Amino acid sequence: MATTPIDPDRSETVFEDYKGSYSRDQALAEASRCLYCFDPPCVKACPTEIDIPQFIRKIATENVRGSARTIFASNILGMSCARVCPVEKLCAGACVFNDLHQAPIQIGKLQRYATDTAYDAGWRFFDAGPDTGRSVALVGGGPASLACAHELRRHGHRCTVFEQRAVAGGLNVTGVAPYKMKADRGADEVAWVLGIGGIEVRTGVTVGVDVTLAELATDHDAVFLGIGLGADSALGVPGESLPGVQGAVAFLEAMKLSKVSVAGVRRAVVVGGGNTAVDAVRALRGLGVADVTMLYRGDEAAMSGYAHEWAAAKVAGARAEWRGVATGFDAGADGRVAAVRCQRLDAQRKPVDGDVFTLAAELVLVAIGQAKLDALVAPLGLDTKGGRIVTDADGATSRPGVFAGGDARNGGKEVVNAAAEGKRAATAIDAFLRGSAR
Amino acid sequence: MTDLSSNTGGIRSPNPFWLASAPPANSGAQVQRAFDAGWGGAVWKTLGTPIQNVSSRFGAHHVTGARHVGFNNIELITDRPLEVNFREIEDTKKKYPKHAVIVSLMVESRDEWRDIIKRSVDTGADGLELNFGCPHGMCERGMGSAVGQEPKVNQEITSWAVEYSTIPVLVKLTPNVANIVPHGLAAKRGGAHGVSLINTIKSIIGVDIDRFVPEPRVGGLSTNGGYCGQAVKPIALHMVASLAREKEFGLPISGIGGVANWRDAVEFILLGSSSVQVCTEVMLRGYRIVEDMIEGLEDYMRSHGFATLDQMVGKAIPQFSEWGNLDLNYETVAKIDAQKCIGCNKCMIACDDGAHQCIHHDPAGSKVPVVDEAECVGCNLCKIVCPVEGCITMAEVPNGWAPATWNDHVNQGLALRPKKGAH
Ligand SMILES: Cc1cc2nc3c(=O)[nH]c(=O)nc-3n(C[C@H](O)[C@H](O)[C@H](O)COP(=O)(O)OP(=O)(O)OC[C@H]3O[C@@H](n4cnc5c(N)ncnc54)[C@H](O)[C@@H]3O)c2cc1C
Ligand SMILES: Cc1cc2nc3c(=O)[nH]c(=O)nc-3n(C[C@H](O)[C@H](O)[C@H](O)COP(=O)(O)O)c2cc1C
Ligand code: SF4
Repeated sequence: MATTPIDPDRSETVFEDYKGSYSRDQALAEASRCLYCFDPPCVKACPTEIDIPQFIRKIATENVRGSARTIFASNILGMSCARVCPVEKLCAGACVFNDLHQAPIQIGKLQRYATDTAYDAGWRFFDAGPDTGRSVALVGGGPASLACAHELRRHGHRCTVFEQRAVAGGLNVTGVAPYKMKADRGADEVAWVLGIGGIEVRTGVTVGVDVTLAELATDHDAVFLGIGLGADSALGVPGESLPGVQGAVAFLEAMKLSKVSVAGVRRAVVVGGGNTAVDAVRALRGLGVADVTMLYRGDEAAMSGYAHEWAAAKVAGARAEWRGVATGFDAGADGRVAAVRCQRLDAQRKPVDGDVFTLAAELVLVAIGQAKLDALVAPLGLDTKGGRIVTDADGATSRPGVFAGGDARNGGKEVVNAAAEGKRAATAIDAFLRGSAR
Repeated sequence: MTDLSSNTGGIRSPNPFWLASAPPANSGAQVQRAFDAGWGGAVWKTLGTPIQNVSSRFGAHHVTGARHVGFNNIELITDRPLEVNFREIEDTKKKYPKHAVIVSLMVESRDEWRDIIKRSVDTGADGLELNFGCPHGMCERGMGSAVGQEPKVNQEITSWAVEYSTIPVLVKLTPNVANIVPHGLAAKRGGAHGVSLINTIKSIIGVDIDRFVPEPRVGGLSTNGGYCGQAVKPIALHMVASLAREKEFGLPISGIGGVANWRDAVEFILLGSSSVQVCTEVMLRGYRIVEDMIEGLEDYMRSHGFATLDQMVGKAIPQFSEWGNLDLNYETVAKIDAQKCIGCNKCMIACDDGAHQCIHHDPAGSKVPVVDEAECVGCNLCKIVCPVEGCITMAEVPNGWAPATWNDHVNQGLALRPKKGAH
């Protein structure tokens, strides 16, 4: 019912974990280093506010079950977050050891140790609440909806998740870098979350096409929109439809779920400077492309991709072309892309007259953002701003009974934000359902 | 279902974790926060004639790489007015009827004991704890360990307390004695319903080597204090176990001393404690540590098939024996796991300089040292210094010798295997 199995023979399997798992001894040693701070900055830096000192102390006392319980009580997606969270920017980046100029506690790796142990042991911590007879439709099967549905089940509301793809899990399955987490592990998490029971997942159903939002709003007592973002945005320059020019998110999805071929690709260009661009660069290097260049319109300091990720990309052998934009693509004799025409920009990002150059490339990935899906919600008349669904702090949209969370609400952040927003919305939905007459 | 509820001499609590009589149990607001955090009981900071404390009053034993493994204090009993304490005890008990609230007491004359016990009982408290343990300050005034070190005085005051009290009376023992057993027996003769131990150990925590003043420093002077915290656990375990195995004793025990986590608590319970009390670890890290203690104990009980606490109290006592009953023919030797060894040679230097010179460099030149098993006495030193868990193990040697203890040898002439490493 839930998801089609992940293809074991897919391209991403060539990648190894960038941050490996801890052995018991390693976990004990690292956990014992934690100062067990009170009201600490690491917890404040976590969108789901996991009680980090507590879960780490429990590893140190070898109460790993309790440790996992502490993590999951705050964040049911704690297993994937342990792998994919940019901890350098979140918890570990806030660790007080940074102020001592000592290595911060490896919070992500410790969280991985505890949550992997729980998955391996099959420990379950949460039961569904008594059935309330209410039902909620969740649109999109990504982290936001999964976190929301799990919490709704604890309150006893029935859940139906509508996912357009053949697999649930959202970008956690189809998007995140394989050296952080592979698709099958993302699917494990979906199964773990669904283990609470009472969540029906309908894959292959595109809301707006196969069923309308209005229908869902009528058939269910509340609706949660966890639709994320849309397809890769396009540059809108000549030659963009040539074979060999592709959206980066689409390419990464293909790599994670099936086979992509980089045969004959010696040089590749990734257009963009965000985290998806950096992920694409590292992915191409990992797949064996010899020469990978990131073409970014600003300086290194201005890129929105995290510095630690870009540093790792450089270590992996990637290069960058700063202050350049693609103005068009040229085909080679075989009709595929062969070169990217580029224009140099100045510090104000204005074209520098006459400063044009060409990058040879047999593959170009465009990573300049993802489309917004506001058109889907237009029929409901929801307030949107810049393509994001506008909600209050708890995720309630302008229409009573309709809630939103995750990338569709925040414009594109991290898995952990989606987890936090989904859970928070569930609490608001529960209050709404209990407050509203049948 | 695993049942954590505990009963120590008629004092019941939802779990065996109590705050020891000390700063974490100083006031109603604190104790109530602790109960909210999960603590099952609290022994109120000792009441008596309120005192005046010094500043500073704590010191710590830091060991390279680990802070405050031991702790010491020179603080006295409560410095808050008695009426305030009694009002807060009553309020706490009303709000938390299922939790154990025990009033710790220390006064001098019989009349004072009668009066303070009546007022304590009137609060609705679940029990009393007589503080015969404090090793500094109060003993100079003829109380605390001055009582605990004199079995006759201990017995007498205990009997007064039992006479005046309508609720269970625990006697808190001092570890500053050569043998704890007579003191436990004195409390029993006095009619106590149970004992708590240990209180703190007389100590000097360190010396300020530039000022030439011991620590903690009060102006230009210091004094001996009471040692506690994780470092004292081995001493506390021994004293608890010594009473628990004493046939004449048989009273419930509330174990105290260096409990920091659920494992420590399990050890105290296996050696005969029906409840465990914690002071220092709470002072260092807060009430929140109890969450892990509860979960850890529950998990332990589940995995070892204990449905109730009673089933595990004292479970290790039959295995705590006299030296003369140990099998001298039981033989172990050290084994080094070559796959795990990192080549630090810590075992080699330890054995060379501190044991029997039987760990050598590999003649074949690998980084893994070799144990001369013919010489190894199985002392455990190399295993203790090895930084890699599971790398050195002590393997049992089936030497063909029938078991023989020293007592068997002396009394029945049973043969002992040849000594190793004694040349
Ligand atoms: C390439 C890439 C790498 C990333 N790497 C990381 C990382 O390392 N760490 C990190 O924390 N975050 C990362 N992120 C961000 C993270 O993946 C997202 O923030 C997170 O997945 C958002 O969750 P969501 O549930 O809001 O949306 P999504 O994960 O996008 O899930 C939305 C789901 O809704 C479905 N859907 C959409 N429209 C419909 C419809 N009409 N009907 C039915 N279903 C629909 C989609 O198919 C999708 O499955 C990355 C993002 C990308 C693009
Ligand atoms: C600062 C401090 C004050 C204490 N005050 C008392 C007290 O008033 N009455 C008492 O019976 N024990 C007192 N104790 C002793 C503790 O209750 C406890 O017996 C001892 O510290 C050992 O336990 P621990 O290792 O968990 O700290 C005190 C200990 C400390 C550290
Ligand atoms: S712990 Fe509190 S009371 Fe003690 S010295 Fe520090 S600030 Fe003062």
